Amino acid sequence: MNATMLDRSRAAIDRSFTGFVDCDVHPFTKSSDDFDEFLPQRWVEHRHTIGGRTRQGLGKAGLYPRMSPGVGQRGDAWPPGGGMPGSDLGFMQLQLLDLFEVAYGMLAPLVGGAAGERNVDYGAAMATAVNEWQLAYWCDPDPRLKAAVTINLENEKAAIAEIEKRAGDRRFSQVAIPPRGLEPLGRRRYWPILEACAANGFPITLHLGGSSGHPSTGGGWPSFYHEEHPSYAQTMQTLVVSLVCEGVFEHIPNLKVVLVEGGFGWMPSLCWRLDKHWKRLRTEVPFLKQAPSEYVRQNIWVTTQPIEEPRRPQDMLSLLEWIGIDRVLFSTDYPHWDQDDPRYAFKVQLPAEWQRKIYRDNALALYGLDG
Amino acid sequence: MPASTIQAIDCDVHPPLPSTRDLLPHIDDYWREHILRRGIEADSFETTAHPAKAPLNCRPDWRDGETSQLDGLRERLLEPFGLRVAICNMLHGATMVFNEDLSAALCKGVNNWVAAELLDRDPRLRASILVTPHSPANAVQEMERLAPDRRFVQVLLPALGEMPLGRRYHWPIYEAAERLGLPIGIHAGSMFRHPPSALGWPSYYLEDYVSLATGFASALNSLVTEGVFVKYPRLKVVLIESGVTWLPGYFWRIDKTWRGVRSETPWVNGPPSEIIRAHVRVTIQPFDDPPKAAQVQTILEQIGCDDMLLFSTDYPHWHFEGTDAFPDGLPLGLHEKVMVENPLATYSRLS
Repeated sequence: MNATMLDRSRAAIDRSFTGFVDCDVHPFTKSSDDFDEFLPQRWVEHRHTIGGRTRQGLGKAGLYPRMSPGVGQRGDAWPPGGGMPGSDLGFMQLQLLDLFEVAYGMLAPLVGGAAGERNVDYGAAMATAVNEWQLAYWCDPDPRLKAAVTINLENEKAAIAEIEKRAGDRRFSQVAIPPRGLEPLGRRRYWPILEACAANGFPITLHLGGSSGHPSTGGGWPSFYHEEHPSYAQTMQTLVVSLVCEGVFEHIPNLKVVLVEGGFGWMPSLCWRLDKHWKRLRTEVPFLKQAPSEYVRQNIWVTTQPIEEPRRPQDMLSLLEWIGIDRVLFSTDYPHWDQDDPRYAFKVQLPAEWQRKIYRDNALALYGLDG
Repeated sequence: MPASTIQAIDCDVHPPLPSTRDLLPHIDDYWREHILRRGIEADSFETTAHPAKAPLNCRPDWRDGETSQLDGLRERLLEPFGLRVAICNMLHGATMVFNEDLSAALCKGVNNWVAAELLDRDPRLRASILVTPHSPANAVQEMERLAPDRRFVQVLLPALGEMPLGRRYHWPIYEAAERLGLPIGIHAGSMFRHPPSALGWPSYYLEDYVSLATGFASALNSLVTEGVFVKYPRLKVVLIESGVTWLPGYFWRIDKTWRGVRSETPWVNGPPSEIIRAHVRVTIQPFDDPPKAAQVQTILEQIGCDDMLLFSTDYPHWHFEGTDAFPDGLPLGLHEKVMVENPLATYSRLS
């Protein structure tokens, strides 16, 4: 029997699925020692002795183990030369950046543990190291990759200094803030950091993950990854509630917020619920000058992966319309197990204009990138 | 003109709370003395989740002036809406006291007060059993005590307690509920044993209230993934004051997660949304309506199960004006089903 190999090369990919901006790409270290060259000696020693201090009982294993090795990696993304998926730029280019001729990839470095580190001086040093590492290992070798300014959320002074230091460096496109901090992000204690982001032209990106130390639900700790994973959608909703209701967008009208990997099927009903109950309780939040949904519409963007999968395909179109086509950004989440392939992410044919916006134009406009 | 609610079964009504002093005749001797010695009879057990005079929780024309709890219910609810039955859900903080025996004694006092002051005095009234969520043994005891009185039609649990509701710790409550024919009514609210979300403590009541819908989502995640409905296949759960329109987006998310990670919980034997459609019901106020009435039809199609909706006013909470308790766009053809058929199918004790 004659068998023909399928052509999986670049040339075979429909052009409408190439040249996009990928708003969620994960670079990993080959070894966590990769950070040492960017750390002062004092913190190198600290890293190798005391190490990171998280807000949960296990720092080196998952409390909710993932369903695939490497903390939930895509099975075929392990580089042939060894190392973690996402740790080999050449292999990332082969599987993602070159294959789809990606215009830009927005890095989401989930490494180093800087954002929620309890020792805030170490957290600040590690944040700087992660930022230098992004440039040296990723953005300089492949300028399509754009770094996210990593900060320690509880070290306000160092965080603002780091944001200001990176301002104007076009290799950085946004500031990464952990969605699960010690307190809801809209609280006033975080406003100076948010002000610094907006003042320096950085959108903030909130990528799911991390631990605040609070249970992932208001009713305590769930048992299974099967619950932990969808709980991120609830975290994203409470983030929106916090940012809107605490008055962040009245205080910092030009703050742009990107919610990454939290889904978006919840967004219309959350806006309806916010508007409805705000009408009853507006005397409690008199500083809100417009309906909550209007702040959401003006200041918040969402990424697509993990894509919503309504049972009826047309519900995807109405969902996108209800959110606003210009607020949705395509993302793959390479190289995680549940990443989306640009060709198959949407099960429904998008109108050409929507597709262009979601896959490319919205991100170019948001981040001020050259098309 | 508002759609008729004549002969409706109202599945969520909140009588004003009795004072703790009023509960004393309904509390066992030992605990009455205990309460008096510690001065607890002077305390209000209004909950942080439901401040009674917040505008959301008290419609302006229902605010003051009632002569008694019962008169208020009759004049403002039972008569104007023409109700056949109203299920009273007491938002009483007896459930939250850490001492689980004191908590149980107070719950018992509230249940006895409800029977004597409400159920005995108006045949249209029914009630949920208030129990200690953090003490399943005490909860089961109270359920068994009241089960012979068929005017108690379900058990009330807060959406957010000490542990997610599906955890095996709670299973004795579900075993008893299934055995006694009592649905579990999960009501909006938190015991605030933890911050209302993984983010920590928000500043405003508006945030607490809006975020409650996400609390219901996490409660459902827990009930489904822990396998409660596999273990207790005849158990029914009613989401009360949860909001409705979040369900489609929630279904898409939880079904997708299940497809990806179901090997972790192999006893979850189908898409979670199908398990939820089979076992879970939801009261219609607040509905959290979309801006256009036509979108309601889309939402109902996405929920995909008209059996799920139960009529409620959420009296005296302020979700609508007059007697206009049906959300705009809810098809007239569904009203009778939502008002009567679905509640009767859910609450076996109403038949």
